[in-house]
Amino acid sequence: MTKPEGELTWRDLEIGSIVTEAGNASQYQTGDWRSERPIFDNNKCIKCGLCYIFCPEGCIGQNAEGYFDADLFYCKGCGICARECWPKAISMVPEEE
Amino acid sequence: MAKRVGIEVSLAIAEAAKLARADVVAAYPITPQTHIVEHLAKLVADGEMDTQYIPVESEHSAMSACLGASAAGARTFTATAGQGLELMHEVMYVASSMQLPVVMTVVNRALSAPLSVWGDHSDVMAVRDTGWIQIFAENGQETVDNVLCAFRIGEDRRVLLPVMIHLDGFYLSHVIEPVLFPEQSQVDKFIPPYQHPMPLHPDRPVTMGAFGPPIIYAETKKAQEVNLEASKEVILQCWDEFGKTFKRYYSPVESYHSEKAKVLLLTMGSFGETAMTAIDKMRGEGREVGLIRLRLWRPFPFKEIRQAVKNAEALIVLDRALSFGGPGGPVCSEIKAALYGEDKKPKVIGFVGGLGGRDITPAGFEEIINRGIEISQKGSENEFEIFGVRE
Ligand code: SF4
Ligand code: SF4
Repeated sequence: MTKPEGELTWRDLEIGSIVTEAGNASQYQTGDWRSERPIFDNNKCIKCGLCYIFCPEGCIGQNAEGYFDADLFYCKGCGICARECWPKAISMVPEEE
Repeated sequence: MAKRVGIEVSLAIAEAAKLARADVVAAYPITPQTHIVEHLAKLVADGEMDTQYIPVESEHSAMSACLGASAAGARTFTATAGQGLELMHEVMYVASSMQLPVVMTVVNRALSAPLSVWGDHSDVMAVRDTGWIQIFAENGQETVDNVLCAFRIGEDRRVLLPVMIHLDGFYLSHVIEPVLFPEQSQVDKFIPPYQHPMPLHPDRPVTMGAFGPPIIYAETKKAQEVNLEASKEVILQCWDEFGKTFKRYYSPVESYHSEKAKVLLLTMGSFGETAMTAIDKMRGEGREVGLIRLRLWRPFPFKEIRQAVKNAEALIVLDRALSFGGPGGPVCSEIKAALYGEDKKPKVIGFVGGLGGRDITPAGFEEIINRGIEISQKGSENEFEIFGVRE
């Protein structure tokens, strides 16, 4: 997209609001929806990768040491990772104002 | 040379879709639309029409299949009626907002319950705001002509919108009329091939009907509104061109003896023909009455309506649908809204009639006009009256 979504006027839209750019869903900040964020405690983490598998946004990645963390641009705060992490290494904390 | 054929209007519509070289037809049969799609199926099966006929399990699927076909760049035609139209309802918004120029004839039928297969405009009015171009036909010839125009208008690069052609169930769909069919070569010239500028194609992937969060949704709707409104210019150009080519002329609002008439009756669809008989009789008796026929329903022809009725003292609007708990007939309330801001305007009196296939005879139209005049002079406690209802 040539302009960010918030700057597009109705005149800028393609016919029938067609999206011509492939993969531009990656520009959509689902992190906006979040009211809680996941905090990962690496002392409890056993690197099983379940959080990575279950995250519906696919926004959990593994770092060089093998630990996991969420990309907060996309993390919508659903808490599924925390629910599925059986060693309870993930806790959901409220976003501050 | 054009051919004059005595033919059932439903069959004539199928022949029009054939003349227009529709690539895809996806339809589900429903009374009183059945003969249209039956005849189309026959034309395709007999090899007379080079068309992909998609038999589907419901109208919801019919409209969905039409969307896909149109998005892939196919000239697409369908037809439905009554409950079938309502089952299509949600998908119809998608056709207009994705700018897919599907052409559909709607054989106007009343809605259940009680079950009625007969004609009125309840089905149309429920899809009023789906963003389609909507044209009402008064007779078989108008239906055929406007099916041809619908492809040209809808597929115009400046428009790209779906078009509904409305015709009254049974009153039009099932009568045999003399219809003039243009030559194939004339039609081929009149309707250029459909070329969607960005069709679905593996070589150039696009996303249609994507997610529209609050930050962009209003802009998409403004674009849609501007586009539908601007389509009027193209509709007028198309009718003009049609007139020059085929010598039959159409306009958004038709006036019949209305110039000096103090009292005007307004109808949509096939009732105009019967109403003209009543107007002729009354004028013969020296009454200053005239008729307005509204042909273009969407985009609404504000300018033409204001112009057509501005010198009248009373305008009697006959609706064939009822907005329950509301102002009576949807057409009447739109006419009132269109005239509200005018300095010079007639009194608008609303009637609802012809529901579920109830006939209105020329004498009935006379009665409506006389009662309308009475209300315009003495007033009424009611917002509208249902004509001919047994009290
Ligand atoms: S809270 Fe939900 S979206 Fe965020 S990282 Fe966990 S599973 Fe993914
Ligand atoms: S589910 Fe829990 S333990 Fe498993 S990798 Fe993720 S954070 Fe670590």
